[in-house]
Amino acid sequence: MLNPLQKQLLNDFQQDFPLSPTPYSDIAKSIGASEQEVLDALQELKKLDYISRIGPIVPPNKLGCSMLLAMSVPEEQLQSVAQIINQFQEVNHNYQRENRFNLWFVLIAQNSSHLEAVIAEIESETGFKTMRLPLLADFFINLGFELDWDD
Amino acid sequence: MIDSKDLQLIKIIQHGLPITSRPFNEIGNQIGMNESEVIERLTCLKNTGLIKRFGVIVRHQRLGYTANAMVVFNIPDQSVVKVGEMISQAKYVNLCYQRPRQGTNWPYNLYCMIHGKNRSKVLQQLDQLIDTCKLSQFEREILFSRHCFKQRGAFYCTPTASSDLAFSVAHG
Repeated sequence: MLNPLQKQLLNDFQQDFPLSPTPYSDIAKSIGASEQEVLDALQELKKLDYISRIGPIVPPNKLGCSMLLAMSVPEEQLQSVAQIINQFQEVNHNYQRENRFNLWFVLIAQNSSHLEAVIAEIESETGFKTMRLPLLADFFINLGFELDWDD
Repeated sequence: MIDSKDLQLIKIIQHGLPITSRPFNEIGNQIGMNESEVIERLTCLKNTGLIKRFGVIVRHQRLGYTANAMVVFNIPDQSVVKVGEMISQAKYVNLCYQRPRQGTNWPYNLYCMIHGKNRSKVLQQLDQLIDTCKLSQFEREILFSRHCFKQRGAFYCTPTASSDLAFSVAHG
């Protein structure tokens, strides 16, 4: 079970993480713990895989060129098509979703011509057309994730 | 304007800040940059929006948030910005994007993502969202994820050995 300090560290420092020489000491002061307690708790959370890392999130299309794509693939071919797609290093994530468009993946490329080339290769190697869904506007300001400990 | 030193810094720091007393100093040592320059550059990247947020990146799945639905809406063009901004205020919505419609087969232009501990919780939150933002009259589809074939936080793009980029990105 997570202790109150761990819960607080998971919930409260997704965005207001101090960019200072001693961030963990600053966090400790702000929540009334010692630096060592904060370091220990975070290392434990990392070890238990509750935290993937402490670091930056870069919005899409700021560094490089990204696009969401969807495919409609017969169920029995889904696994093999997904495997072909996953081999491309430009694929950031790839999910099966419950819909007639059942495969959804995001590509990140160096620029738009690189992106187009990868899409063409994926379509040719899988034999399926993609539906292209570039980003027009991002309404989200806060990417933090509010955790609910109740249930 | 971002320069090659910023890229170098993002490339190294996206693997994770060390959990030690002087983590920015450690990062700086790896790329020959002093601690104050690391902090200054990160602060600047955050202020200009190139870093959307900097902090603890949690594993939703591990914390019990195993259900996730992408919900797509067909919103009239003249109100899509207003509706998008309203949807993104909901605390259980963690992404909200406008994308182009794809003809009558896929007429949706607004996408949002809802994570929850189970399906019924996600659907309950969606009902709440539809109620709060008055979305009931708009055509929509709910796409629960069934299987994750690939998910990586860090991304590498190496067109040439000398100019590689690496970064973590939100759902594009």
